Amino acid sequence: MTLTLTVNGTERQLELDPRVTLLDALRVHLDLTGSKKGCDHGQCGACTVLVNGRRINSCLSLAVMHDGDEITTVEGLANGKPGELQQAFVEHDGFQCGYCTPGQLCSATGMLQELAEGWPSHVSETLEGEYGLTEAEISERMSGNICRCSCYPGINAAIRQAGERA
Amino acid sequence: MSLDMKVDGKSKNRADDLAQGILGTPMDRPEGLLKVTGEALYAAEDLPGNCTFGMLVSAPAQGDVTLSNEAEIRDMPGVLAVIHDPRMVRNAAQGTMDEAPVQGVDHAAYAGQAVALVVAESFEAARHAAQSVKLGLSGEEGPIDPQAVETEESEGNRFVRGDLDKAMASAAHTVDAVYTTPSMTSAPMEPHAAVAWWDGDKVTVRASLQMLKYNRNELADCLGIDSENVRLLSPYVGGGFGSKLGISPEAVAAAIAARELGRPVRVVLHRRQMFEVVTRRSETRQHIRLAADGDGRLTGLGHEVLVSNLPDEPFSEPVTQGTHFAYPAENRLIRKEVARIHRPAAGSVRAPGEAVGVTTFEAAMDELACAAGMDPVELRLRNIPEKDPEQGIPFSSHMLEPTLREGAERFGWFDRDPELRARREGEWWIGTGMAAAFRVNILSEAQARVRLTAGGAVVETDQTDIGTGTYAILTQIAGELLGLPADKVETRLGDTDLPPGSGSGGSWGAASTGSAVWLAAMELRQRIADAMGCDEAELTLKDGQATCGNVTQPLEEILGGESLVGHGHVKPGDALEEVMQSTYGAHFAEVAVNDVTGETRVRRMLGCFAAGRILNEKTARSQCHGGMIWGIGMALTEGVTHDRRTGRMVNRDLAEYHVPVNADVPPLEVHFVEERDPWAGPMQAKGIGELGICGAGAAVLNAIHHACGVRIRDLPATPDKVLAGLLQ
Ligand code: FES
Ligand code: FES
Repeated sequence: MTLTLTVNGTERQLELDPRVTLLDALRVHLDLTGSKKGCDHGQCGACTVLVNGRRINSCLSLAVMHDGDEITTVEGLANGKPGELQQAFVEHDGFQCGYCTPGQLCSATGMLQELAEGWPSHVSETLEGEYGLTEAEISERMSGNICRCSCYPGINAAIRQAGERA
Repeated sequence: MSLDMKVDGKSKNRADDLAQGILGTPMDRPEGLLKVTGEALYAAEDLPGNCTFGMLVSAPAQGDVTLSNEAEIRDMPGVLAVIHDPRMVRNAAQGTMDEAPVQGVDHAAYAGQAVALVVAESFEAARHAAQSVKLGLSGEEGPIDPQAVETEESEGNRFVRGDLDKAMASAAHTVDAVYTTPSMTSAPMEPHAAVAWWDGDKVTVRASLQMLKYNRNELADCLGIDSENVRLLSPYVGGGFGSKLGISPEAVAAAIAARELGRPVRVVLHRRQMFEVVTRRSETRQHIRLAADGDGRLTGLGHEVLVSNLPDEPFSEPVTQGTHFAYPAENRLIRKEVARIHRPAAGSVRAPGEAVGVTTFEAAMDELACAAGMDPVELRLRNIPEKDPEQGIPFSSHMLEPTLREGAERFGWFDRDPELRARREGEWWIGTGMAAAFRVNILSEAQARVRLTAGGAVVETDQTDIGTGTYAILTQIAGELLGLPADKVETRLGDTDLPPGSGSGGSWGAASTGSAVWLAAMELRQRIADAMGCDEAELTLKDGQATCGNVTQPLEEILGGESLVGHGHVKPGDALEEVMQSTYGAHFAEVAVNDVTGETRVRRMLGCFAAGRILNEKTARSQCHGGMIWGIGMALTEGVTHDRRTGRMVNRDLAEYHVPVNADVPPLEVHFVEERDPWAGPMQAKGIGELGICGAGAAVLNAIHHACGVRIRDLPATPDKVLAGLLQ
């Protein structure tokens, strides 16, 4: 099937087997291997990308469902030069092996946006209002991204720093 | 030229006198930017042109294998080959095996074994075809329950002295308890993957592996070719934790298929296959006995364990490794039995031995503290051995007391009310617990090369960085010796064309390959000193300048447009026999246990560790965080459930096997107690990658007991088990 994706600002035409997931379209067909495959089943978050600004698990979504969508991957988070969040991950050692990292970064980007828009989470005290960048909110909202190296202390510190500076 | 060293005795402390001042600093990882921009390339990336895609087929049960619809599968669209070859392997090789693991896929020795490979033009076609394979399985099935078979004793682990029964009978305080731990899995985030292609008789494989020099020989042996004809590339490895120590089924299958098809083949394990075809941590049954006098001094200890593995596997979980040296007791009985069963192969998972052995033993020590009415920290302090309790040799250093004291102080341990069920907040019982940490220190043979030019230095070795910080510390070591800032040093890893490092595993990568880099750079220092006409010890190298006496010259001038190459080679020596080397630490945890649901939440955790010189404070800290968080997983959520009928892993994915996620992890504190261990080689540094997990889970389990009075001896402490205890 033919489809068009706008990936990191560039329009890409693709001719794909309908079974190809968005993740494999990015990794194999567009050679954007920054997005990672950890489970292919929506259980780890390594494949998180932003679709029209919202974070999703790209392994759980077929590419053909995204005709016309705007996709941002980890490669698109750096605008020529790594952004605040990416630098904060390096500074706080928010990774070890680095394999979950692109997913963590895309997820954190989407999460900070959700927070700014006032979306509540499971640990929020109220359903409406402003939710701060507390440890509990960050941990809860980032729990869809597993890091087996277990860099959660660094990940959270990096997100807090980048979020506060934004 | 090469600077070789066999570590027979003490090394001088040179590092503290060097001038550059980057060794030990919390420097950022030099490859960090590549990892946060998606540019670091892992095994299944950077695919060669014309690449094909393979998918392994797993047998759902044991038995002799037939593929009943093979012809139909071959005819499916896009399918290129269905491969079942006698060279394919039953399971991954054990760490440092250096030869092929058990080969052959005509028979599935365990439920979950990969028995065939389907290769197709696309991943989707291969996956569809692999799922369509109809397998016939027939014949005898081997036993799967470790408790229901005759066991064999593992002689090397046995130590018997005195009379433990008598010591138990006459002791003032005793503990006699059976602990059990389930099978566990490494679950690195990057699935095992291989991309293989041939060039004449030579095969190149991009793979996700921890120990390339061994893996190269293992793969060559599997394929029946010379090691010189195998090149492995693992520049970035997405976590290993033991599961990538040995060559594994996907790499062997990819190499065989690529030869047959004359095209590159990519094979990535499905997450569910990762649980089964690479090694698990064995389940354990551990009978622990402790006898102590009225002052809490151990007079006897027993640690008798049962572990399992497949037939013909040389590894068995070294559960009692830490018990041999942790505590003194005249009367000792340490034994290990191995059950040969047909569950997936068991192998090394982060801190094999101590991860589960120290954890259970430290929980039993907490039981002893309760029995004796003694503070658990005090109990440990009273039982620090003067020398190795079994071999009688001195310790290279013994840092348990300082880590216990500093950890207790920083945690505020002594503020606790020793009474059980003393603190309640709403539905939650609050309690604190602690445990000691022990992990043997191992040095392994390693080589490295350092090339110095006017532009800076390049470090080369086939050593891997599996997230441990190898790129950072090797850069720091070379920079420190050669007087170069980090941005003037480039570290190249993960290619068997480079000198063989130690590999990553057993916490030995940093000290072993680090020492090889040290020696290579030391050789360069000697040559620079020669060129300047002074003694190496009088040479100061800093920021690209060399100073001898009152002469200072830029390195560039000394090199005069040439490059200098140094080669380092370190080997373990007599130090191993003369002293007992270990790393030490203390864990402290505060938990809340829900009185209604039995759920446990860890509220804070603190670890205090000593491991010789800390080479990079930032990456070392991350390693300790990792270990402690794995301890939380081991204590509360992690465990494989084997199907009682087939032995198959029931919860073989990340939705059902619960590794800790962000919200499971409270604020953690890590402190290092400064130490130099002169016996540990020229850098006086020991391994730190596994220490953090040893005993961490016990601190959590002991805190649960303190909080609510429930003692969990069958790990993990899931709500159902805690609730059953609360209702008693
Ligand atoms: S790869 Fe998509 S969630 Fe794991
Ligand atoms: S950095 Fe390795 S899994 Fe997160």
